[in-house]
Amino acid sequence: MGKRVGIEVSLAIAEAAKMADVDVVAAYPITPQTHIVEHMAEIVANGELDAEYIPVESEHSAMSACLGSSATGARTFTATAGQGLELMHEVLYVASAMRLPIVMAVANRALSSPLNVWGDQSDLMAVRDVGWIQIICENGQEAFDHTICAFRIAEDNRVLLPVMIHCDGFYLTHVVEPIEFPTQEEVTNFIPKFKYPLPLDTAKPVSMGCFAPSFIYTEAKKAQEVNILNSKKIILEHWDAFGKAFGRYYHPVESYRTEGAKTLLLTLGSFGETAMTAVDKMRDEGKSVGLLKLRLWRPFPYPELRKAVGNAENLVVVDRALSFGGCGGPAYSEVRSALYSEKNHPKVVGFVAGLGGRDITVAEFENMVKRAPEIANTGAETEYEMFGVRE
Amino acid sequence: MKKLENELTWKDLEIGCIVTEPGSTREYRTGDWRSQRPTYDFNKCIKCGLCAIYCPEGCIGQNAEGYFQANLFWCKGCGICSKECPTKVISMVNEEA
Repeated sequence: MGKRVGIEVSLAIAEAAKMADVDVVAAYPITPQTHIVEHMAEIVANGELDAEYIPVESEHSAMSACLGSSATGARTFTATAGQGLELMHEVLYVASAMRLPIVMAVANRALSSPLNVWGDQSDLMAVRDVGWIQIICENGQEAFDHTICAFRIAEDNRVLLPVMIHCDGFYLTHVVEPIEFPTQEEVTNFIPKFKYPLPLDTAKPVSMGCFAPSFIYTEAKKAQEVNILNSKKIILEHWDAFGKAFGRYYHPVESYRTEGAKTLLLTLGSFGETAMTAVDKMRDEGKSVGLLKLRLWRPFPYPELRKAVGNAENLVVVDRALSFGGCGGPAYSEVRSALYSEKNHPKVVGFVAGLGGRDITVAEFENMVKRAPEIANTGAETEYEMFGVRE
Repeated sequence: MKKLENELTWKDLEIGCIVTEPGSTREYRTGDWRSQRPTYDFNKCIKCGLCAIYCPEGCIGQNAEGYFQANLFWCKGCGICSKECPTKVISMVNEEA
């Protein structure tokens, strides 16, 4: 049996990587991820973990070092946020296409300019298409659990893909939460050391990341797409195994009090906690409201989402990022597109809210739910709204 | 028999397109980049080998008679050999469409 510990979520994520017995950490500190890598450095310096900690000169180098380390078959962990994730951008594509099972925690943050270090999911949405498995956490326990679980998913020989664990900057990373820690033995049993099938090895040399002209590039991308699509059932398999081992079960789309709900809220990340309180309040007042929380962002859980939406009349998608001059909220756009082919799909209303660390309260979620049918009934549900902006 | 490069399907690729055989670049047909190809008047050839030294592709070798000649599987048709040949053995001619 493990124990319950009051701990800052950033430190818990680092502790999870320590319990995963990672071999290499290459990272560059950036707000609001700093406490994760500081604690990781401390753990290695104190001799609590036998690992190489590479203090690189930039995030581009961090991810590049992770490529090399993972290619040798070493269990590799890193973390970043906002601008750092952007600086890694091109290398992220390389990690997924080379099928390297790197695990990275991302403390989601707004992007400059103007400079803003606070919680926001603009960085998350900017790496939507990089080919990584992407899991969005709602609270500290999930951040801890999914970090552990990510190694098992990433390193499964049927998957072999890097995994990003998204945690809202400050809202999650800097809060102290009671977190259930399993024992080291339990974690070791859950994620035993793995063997990369074709590692860099001087005894049996291979070349990785070679070039592919037009006659084969399309085939390479098709193989990559089939691989990440197929990973979903394996992710679910490992989440189920996690539930059996540790008692906490996770799903691609989490439903909260959705039974018979006419209006559903859909959130990503820490918004879910406030939205749950808002739903409780509205349900107590007799309103027909429920909440969906999108946990698995890539691969996108189409059937699970459709099932979870059920017969709702209105679906309110709350994004924490904006696609300028385009679709509005990226999650809104994807969710709406996922439901397009459904015969009785709900009216989907999008709000872009909580940018750059702006808080969204229970009352504001209530306001969104109240206004959603009004917006939908005007036939303007294809428009999104920047919520709470001062005119 | 091993499949040709343009016959490989996505299912034939190794994990992450890892290349497990050394020297696989030899199988890469750069000859189809060519818009002109070298032709030879070996009567003028003094077998000095300058063309082979200048060839950026390294695709020129000696044939059975000892004359220097490009391997058209790799020759990109750059024409450097033709330019450098001191006895004007090599003429570049357009590839037929």
